[in-house]
Amino acid sequence: MTEFLEFLFNGIALGGIYALIALGFTVIYRASSVINFAQGSFLLLGAYLVAWLHVDKGLPFAVSVLIAIAVTASVGALFQIGVLRRVTGQQVFTIVMITIGLNVVLTALVPAAISSIGQSGSDIGDPWGSSTLGIGGVTLTYVKVWTVITTLFVLLLFFLFDRYSRYGLAMRATASDEEAALAVGVPTRRVNALAWGIAGAVAVVGGFFLAGFPSRADPVLGLASLRAFPAIILGGLESPTGAVVGGMIIGVVEELTAGYQPNHASWLGTNFYIVAPYLVMILVLMVKPYGLFGQRPVERA
Amino acid sequence: MSEPILDVSGLTLRFGAITAFQDITFSVADNEVFAIIGPNGAGKTSLFNVLSRVYRPQAGTARYLGRDLLSLRPAQIAGAGIARTFQNLGLFGLLTVLENVLIGRHHLMRSGSIIGGVYLGYAQREEKVHRAAAMETLQFAGIEKYASTPVGLLPYGIRKLVELARALAMQPRLLLLDEPVAGMTEAERWQVTALIRRMHTERNLSIVLVEHDMGFVMNLAQRVLVLDFGRRIALATPGEVQRNQAVISAYLGEPLDDTA
Repeated sequence: MTEFLEFLFNGIALGGIYALIALGFTVIYRASSVINFAQGSFLLLGAYLVAWLHVDKGLPFAVSVLIAIAVTASVGALFQIGVLRRVTGQQVFTIVMITIGLNVVLTALVPAAISSIGQSGSDIGDPWGSSTLGIGGVTLTYVKVWTVITTLFVLLLFFLFDRYSRYGLAMRATASDEEAALAVGVPTRRVNALAWGIAGAVAVVGGFFLAGFPSRADPVLGLASLRAFPAIILGGLESPTGAVVGGMIIGVVEELTAGYQPNHASWLGTNFYIVAPYLVMILVLMVKPYGLFGQRPVERA
Repeated sequence: MSEPILDVSGLTLRFGAITAFQDITFSVADNEVFAIIGPNGAGKTSLFNVLSRVYRPQAGTARYLGRDLLSLRPAQIAGAGIARTFQNLGLFGLLTVLENVLIGRHHLMRSGSIIGGVYLGYAQREEKVHRAAAMETLQFAGIEKYASTPVGLLPYGIRKLVELARALAMQPRLLLLDEPVAGMTEAERWQVTALIRRMHTERNLSIVLVEHDMGFVMNLAQRVLVLDFGRRIALATPGEVQRNQAVISAYLGEPLDDTA
């Protein structure tokens, strides 16, 4: 039982990270109908910035994280303003290729640049290390506890913003009908830039937890974003709620599979936990083709 | 007569070799209901799309309260005091009626995205003021009971009332309506006509509307511009237009039904 609780909690922690990554995809998809393949490189940028600012420059961890969030959010928004705005109205394929290009550039450039100006290597020096906490026989690492607290807080902040703020409303309106939003005075270009900024910011939070103990800032970190893919599809591409629910399901499935499958179904091979989320995704899509929270396109008859 | 709210002169729009309309001149007085009519393909929707800044004309000028309308960016139109509705409804289906109307007030709000995101103090007070104003608009349109219903669940006629309420919430001086009663039942048409009339008389809005339905226009407009094949063939009061021979022959060559 304690083993199950540990796996479950780790699953929720991993699910929170996936939820943040999936949220980044969803916010951009909702605003501009584009899947941002550079989302993984935002994650990477955030983790490397934290490593450099905290370990090399000696800034407090929390300050390093906040600066990394601000920088990555700006990179996202500026990319939208400086590059994507110029290809507005082009085929979606063109825009997707540009995001893949950005991903390649950042993934190559960021680790190289940071390691040439810093000495720390890729340790992000998070304050929790390997320390653990025991609650009623269940052993949890502090990293995981803080992952859960922080991701839930960030998600709550996003949903308050989305539901109640002026720009949250403007984002939902722009997602629904960009031409109408423009006609009623919504600055849709600014809203799109804001969506990219938010995607960058949430990616950093996911990124520094992924790079924390027992991992490190590593060029392959960006690939984690691809592991959040089943979460987005599962939840429904346009739904932030779906991103969170999908992320949590995928995280828990992955951890439980990793925990139990090697002992109870070893014939499935090693690393089966990477496959399991995709099986869940396929099963859900067979029942709900637009995902759990996806919108079937509605047309007047 | 005071300064016209809209002053259009020599407006011409072409798509390649095809001329949508040519050398159109008219002006709309403050607090006037001005209709643009014509048979299918006459160019009236194209003209509407130029006024709402979707198309850029090849020649001519359009001035709104003395300002060059054609140099405003699309995002500045609302702030300048011009609201529009769409022929196929430009509503946000998943948002509630109240949220749809609240969006119309975006350009009137001041708090930025950061403060707005934190939702504290000033932004919160501002939010309350605008929510109250949006509710008042819903009451004016008689649809306050739908405030928290997602717009996509409502019947077509009610949705058009929501769209008109949103336009009103933008606090415009000029309202552009693109075929506001197209595809409606008789009862829906009455409701929409009544609301447009009240927006004009009680809220002092100037209105330019494009319409196919002659009866609707005759009831509402003070002056009517008639287009045929992209040219102006008449500009007069509804009564005069109905007796105009060029207009009668443009509309299938049959006498108009003046019982409407």
